[in-house]
Parts: sequence; structure tokens; C-alpha cells
Amino acid sequence: MNVETKTIEIIAQQAMLEPSDISLDSTLEEVGIDSLGLVESIFAIEEAFDISIPFNANNPTESEFDISSVRSIVAGIERLIKEQA
Amino acid sequence: MNRVVITGAGTINALGTGVPATLEAMREGRCGIGPLEFRDVERLSIRIGGQVRDYEPEALFNRQQIVLYDRFTQFTLLAAREAIEQSGLTFIGELAATSGVVLGTAGGGVSTWDDNYRSVYEDGKNRVHPFVVPKLMNNAAASHVSMEWNLKGPSFTVSTACASSNHAMAQAFQLVRSGASKVMVTGGAESMLCFGGVKAWEGLRVMSRDACRPFSANRNGMVQGEGAGVFVFEDYEHARARGAEILAEVIGAAMSSDAADIVMPSKQGAARAMTGALQDARIAQSDVGYINAHGTGTAANDKTECAAVADAFGHHANDLMISSTKSMHGHLIGGTGAVELLACIMALRDGVIAPTISYEEPDPECALDVVPNEAREARVDVALSNAFAFGGLNAVLALRRV
Repeated sequence: MNVETKTIEIIAQQAMLEPSDISLDSTLEEVGIDSLGLVESIFAIEEAFDISIPFNANNPTESEFDISSVRSIVAGIERLIKEQA
Repeated sequence: MNRVVITGAGTINALGTGVPATLEAMREGRCGIGPLEFRDVERLSIRIGGQVRDYEPEALFNRQQIVLYDRFTQFTLLAAREAIEQSGLTFIGELAATSGVVLGTAGGGVSTWDDNYRSVYEDGKNRVHPFVVPKLMNNAAASHVSMEWNLKGPSFTVSTACASSNHAMAQAFQLVRSGASKVMVTGGAESMLCFGGVKAWEGLRVMSRDACRPFSANRNGMVQGEGAGVFVFEDYEHARARGAEILAEVIGAAMSSDAADIVMPSKQGAARAMTGALQDARIAQSDVGYINAHGTGTAANDKTECAAVADAFGHHANDLMISSTKSMHGHLIGGTGAVELLACIMALRDGVIAPTISYEEPDPECALDVVPNEAREARVDVALSNAFAFGGLNAVLALRRV
């Protein structure tokens, strides 16, 4: 399963939506994921891809990991997989 | 309704063993936070904390005691000894029968859980020590204090996460004020600085990797501490009749529940607790000179707390001082309100306001007088101590100079 499909699956599960309801341009806010849901999604992503994501809930927008859209999250994961391989 | 005064105080925390050492560190704005030292710390991403250093339980307790005393119980007993010795009280007869102990802790014997899980899961052992349960239970510390000093009245443990100690002291206050008890030993303790304890907190992504900077624009999370604070709450007439030294008067307490979110704080819930404490103490907003803030150094707490202070105090919010001593001793979770009450006593008794250290950048969302970096001399008549817990459970105490 590729990174994009798996990531959308994780976000959909967290948002209690179908994967088909999530697009690459969706933001977490749009799909209804709050701060606690975000922390849980980050955890699920780390577990799924065996990576460690630099993320501090105190300043989510300033973290190196860009969570502004599903597309940016997928790109961030792909980068971390390469870096941490 | 009886007046309630504090006639004894004791502590052990990252700033020092005993009240004098702790207050001296607070006056000097010293930081007790540093690299954590315990087994498997290298597997953590958060490696700093307000740990009690140079601590050797074997020098303080005998083998039989150590088998039964988790670290949080040990800390409690040391703080209780200091407080009760200062009070000069001996519990016998009728006084013993009605005096009790109410303590707060969030986790209880966390390192006992940790050590024994490691033993059965990681080391594959199939047997644990017979005293694991009485050692780890949350009420172990309260029970050992009651046994050590013959306290036979109402005794129990309160567990409301980061507000545990304040809820405990509010209970003790009400027991003495109502006349049910002449004396209550109260406060709280926490000792979660072990691999499992810190690993659990790490998961929430709210911990700082470098420092606790409450109210500073560049704050990036909380830092855990450990230790205990214990006080003797006594009926004023009882204390006066025996010529006891009075450290401060407890004049009010209030508790509220946000009924909103399991982790995010609420301005309304916090403001209601502060306003409630003023009403309970029958004082005006303008009487309050100092607030020991909950001030965790997280983005969410600090801005919410400052907004709540503005709501509860109106214009007077700009005239009072508010500091977070967590910047020095870390967040003692269930024990934090107890250690922080010492800063209130110092403000009232010595006229010294403990600073918020590691303060670097003003935050427009925390635009109050946070007493940055250096202690300040000021005469204060009334001080509040705030505690706002995960789960939205809040408890605020009001103290007055005597």
C-alpha cells in the first residue's frame, strides 16, 4: 500500500469518514479532526510507517512537519521515510 | 464556621529538601530542572525534568520501610515529618481521634507499577514481591502518614490529575472550618519520573525538550517534576490557645468542573473557580495581590489561564502579580498545588514574590504581570493558588497574611 492511500485511510478512520471523502487538498480542520485527533493521527502515522515525526502540540503550525493539508502530510511522510530509512 | 490556619509546612522537590531550601531557591529564581537520570532514559525523546537529586532512601528509611514505601510515599513522609514537627503537635486522645490526613496524588506508586511490569513482561519473571499492591496504591502515602503520627480521623486520597493537591487541601480546609476536625494534615505528592511515567506523557506531545517557560511567547510545553508538599491545617482558636506559630490563614476554597473536554482547559471553568474562592473567602477582587498560577508552559493552559484571570478580576487583573513556579520545580502533577502553596506563604509572610523564570518573550495573550525572572519584594494581603486539571477539574485556594 502506498503512502498516500495509507495516510488517507488513517485520516479517514480518525475523522470517521470513508477514504473516498478525503482528498489530497482536504485540511484536517475540514474533515473535523481536532487537536487531540491530530495527536492520535500523528501516532498512527508513526506506527504505520515506522517513522518518528517532529511534532509538538504546543505549536503545531511551527513544527517542521507541515500539517496544512493531506497533500503536505503525505509529502512530509515520504520525506521522513527517506531520511529515516 | 471556624477559622483555619497553617501551622506547619514541609516539602521535598527539585529545588531542595525542606521549606527553607525551597523558598531560598524560589527567591533566587533557581532552576531545578535538568537532565533526567533513571534506567532506559535514552529511549525517551523527553529527557529533562525536575528530579529530586542526591536522594538516598537507604539513608532515610530502613529495609522494611523501603519494601513498603514507593518513592511518592517516601517523599510524603519526609514532607509530613517537617510539617508536623514545625507545628509542634502530638496526636493523642480526642485530638488524634478527629485529626486526619487528606492527600492528593495523580499516579500514586508509578515507579512500583513500572518496576514490576518490567520484571514480569521484560525480564519474564512469573512472581512479584508480595507487597506490590500496598506499595503502589494511591492511598498508601495517606495511610502511612496516619500510622506514623496516629491520625485517626477522616483520611483519604484525592486523585484529580494536576489539581489533586488543591482538591485535597480544599477538603482538609472544609473539615477544619466545619469543626469536624481540629487538625488536618494535607497536601500531596507525585513521583512519575521513571521510564513508563515519562513515556506516557511523551505520547501527548505537550512536553518541552528544553525548558518550562510559562507565559513566554516562545514557550513550548511542560516539564515534569516530582516531590511532595505537606501542611498542617489547624483550627485558629486551637492554634492560638497553644501559642503555635501561624504561617498563614486559609480563608477560602472553590472547586469547579469545566464539563467540556478531557484535555483542553476552559476559561469559564477556571474563572468560576477563582471567583468562587473569592466568594467563599468573602473578599473583593482588589484584595488579591498575588496568584500562584497553574502556569504549565503549554500553549493552551497559559493563554486560557490569563484570559480567565482577566475575566475573574476585571481591571484589577492588571494590578496583581501572577507567577508560575513550575518554571523552577517543574510540574509535580498531583503534588504540584502543595509545593506551589509554599510560594503563596512566602508572598504573604516574607513579602517575596517568587518569579516566573526562563521568561524570554512577552506574549500578547498573556499580558499580565508575571514577575519575570527575578523575585520581587511586595506586601501582599491575600494570595490565590490555582490548579486546573486534565479532565476539566479545577480547584483554587485563597490564603491571607496573619
